[in-house]
Amino acid sequence: MKAEARLLIFLGVFIGIMGIVYGIWSKEWGGTAMLIGTGILGVFPGLYYRWWSKRIGYRPEDRDATMEEGAGRIDTFPGSSIWPFTLGMGCWFLVLSLVFGTWFAVVGIPVVMFALAGGTAESRRGGDPAGH
Amino acid sequence: MVDTLERTTAHEDDHGHGHEEHHGPGGLLNWLTTTDHKVIGMNYTVTSVVMLLIGGAFAMLIRAQLTVPDGAVVSLSKYNELFTMHGSVMIYLFAGPFAFGGLANYMVPIQIGAPDMAFPRLNAFSYWLYLTGSITMLLGFLTASGAANFGWVGYAPLSNAVNSPGAGADLWIGALILTGFSAIFTGVNLVATIFYLRAPGMTMFRMPIFTWNMLVTGILILLAFPVLTAGLVMLYADRHFGTHIYDANGGGSPVLWQHIFWFWGHPEVYILALPFFGMVTEIIPVFSRKPLFGYKGMVFATISIAALSTGVWAHHMFTTGVVLLPFFSFMTYLISIPTGMKFFNWIGSMWGGQVRYTAAMLFAIGFLLTFLIGGITGILLASPPLDFFTHDTYFVVAHFHSVVMALVLGAMAGIYYWYPKMTGRFLNERLGKLQFWMLFIGSMVFIMPGYVLGLQGMPRRMAVYIIDPTWQNLNIVSSIGGFMIGLSTLMFAVNVISTIKAPKTAGPNPWDAHTLEWFTTSPPPHHNFYSLPNIKSERPTWDYFHPDAPALIHDDHDPSHVPGGAKADAK
Ligand code: HEM
Ligand SMILES: [Cu+2]
Repeated sequence: MKAEARLLIFLGVFIGIMGIVYGIWSKEWGGTAMLIGTGILGVFPGLYYRWWSKRIGYRPEDRDATMEEGAGRIDTFPGSSIWPFTLGMGCWFLVLSLVFGTWFAVVGIPVVMFALAGGTAESRRGGDPAGH
Repeated sequence: MVDTLERTTAHEDDHGHGHEEHHGPGGLLNWLTTTDHKVIGMNYTVTSVVMLLIGGAFAMLIRAQLTVPDGAVVSLSKYNELFTMHGSVMIYLFAGPFAFGGLANYMVPIQIGAPDMAFPRLNAFSYWLYLTGSITMLLGFLTASGAANFGWVGYAPLSNAVNSPGAGADLWIGALILTGFSAIFTGVNLVATIFYLRAPGMTMFRMPIFTWNMLVTGILILLAFPVLTAGLVMLYADRHFGTHIYDANGGGSPVLWQHIFWFWGHPEVYILALPFFGMVTEIIPVFSRKPLFGYKGMVFATISIAALSTGVWAHHMFTTGVVLLPFFSFMTYLISIPTGMKFFNWIGSMWGGQVRYTAAMLFAIGFLLTFLIGGITGILLASPPLDFFTHDTYFVVAHFHSVVMALVLGAMAGIYYWYPKMTGRFLNERLGKLQFWMLFIGSMVFIMPGYVLGLQGMPRRMAVYIIDPTWQNLNIVSSIGGFMIGLSTLMFAVNVISTIKAPKTAGPNPWDAHTLEWFTTSPPPHHNFYSLPNIKSERPTWDYFHPDAPALIHDDHDPSHVPGGAKADAK
């Protein structure tokens, strides 16, 4: 986790410093805001990962480990699901309603709600009953 | 339907537990409900290649129109739609999705020994947003007022409700919102997969370079695309809700759109390029039978490209007269350093190797040469005085087509390299080499006249030009190059179609390659692996099959090599 954290913090700090230099020099606030915002977007998750790396130490994928050391449950993966497709169609209709009028939203909004509910229910049903 | 996965190793029996036959629905329902990254990656690859064909067809019409100064292939207004949709389809719907949705989706989990992407359903959702977004953009041609016609950059005030009324422009905006979210979700997935699903021993500094490039691409997507999407929402608000964000009359700023667009647009250039850098970095060492020269240098070059790419956006805006020229010029020169470094590493990887000139290798070398031309002319354009002179001429068109034709060559390199992995079948090598020469020579013939025309002042985005024999001859040459590219695409189509029914003879590791995707069957089983080798370097598959000649351990001081690993430092 440490390398991951360093990567994000480095990018964030670098871009943040660039934003400060750019802001002072150019006095153009649009670009300055975008650069500094981007810097923060790198530092925040970076610090979060750093915090985790301190708590969990080295995972088998962070060090010279054999496959046996990483044996056991990896994760739970959905085999197939209709909800991404349904949600995609709902979103498509929402976007089309921006162009062709509200009629598309009348279809789109219920489909999106239905898909969100369906997908959430699927997540809660599936997976390891021990909960993770 | 949920699968819980256990990990097995190469030293156990070959049919480990946790990989029972997968019982999914079949046929169309399978396609609609799949969450398997390999199927989604295939869907992305096929869809984006179709987009390449569509964008290429538009290019053929453009080149046909330009063979004579007063061409009448299309009307003046249709021409505006054509170059807008050509650029938009190629950039938004082909190059990006092909790289980060297609091959990366397919290969990244396998390269790090993972059973799938971290969020398989989000991954499927990304694809549906991409597909519907693509359809939405192309729908513009079916509307009464035609498709969007303000160029692929949609500059204000040309893109406002007065200058571009009609549904085509709104469809363009809607399409980019859909594909933008699709890209963002793919970025989330790539980063999360690489951070959380690596196999034991697969430290960050043992990841294949393609995976490294996709990690950095994923991060760049996350910082660039939200800016574009926000900008588009504001553009829509200007057009329909009466805001004046980009409207000088209402106190807004048209240049703000340019800032926002290029704050996305320049990182996007690297979002498009890094995946292809990654592909050729996989291909060149394999076909030179050498380890990659300068692994860590490659990684650091990639990271510094990402860091610098956020600080160069206004080199696209030199001629607005309101940007800080020295800052952007200097930053642009800086970013050429890590990019140049990569060239040395690629050449170093070939140097003294036993080079096998397969189709994939030829395409990879073609990528290097063509990208080099684009990179060098890019450095020229980073100089403001030179840019003032050539801005909005065919010099710029030639510059970025050197880059994007390199991407097409890189895409072909990736396809010829990984096609056996994805399908179990080989593409015809001889036809592939023929296609390479046709595409490579065609690209040069198409691009070079553009540089000359641009220096002589031929403006871009014009359906007609002054009657001048030199200009017309150069345009004819350029069109011949364009049609050669078209022909090469047909060869590719023939090649793919003729292998669809071929027997699956590829086997797991036809190229004697280095990385984990070549350890599993071709195509890989559901959830990718029956077993995994121990990972001791960035070339685990090579190490396993060549125990006598393991990869050079590139850094003896790397503490993660300390036996036992208890105190090992994760780099
Ligand atoms: C088949 C080979 C190709 C040919 C013959 C071709 C031809 C052209 C021509 C002649 C123009 C200039 C139109 C004008 O300014 O009037 C153009 C513009 C453009 N092309 Fe291509 N192109 C090809 C491939 C590509 C690829 C692969 C990409 C991107 C991945 C691409 C992206 C663009 C973009 C972004 C523009 C600018 C559109 C605009 O001005 O708004 N092209 N192309
Ligand atoms: Cu740029």
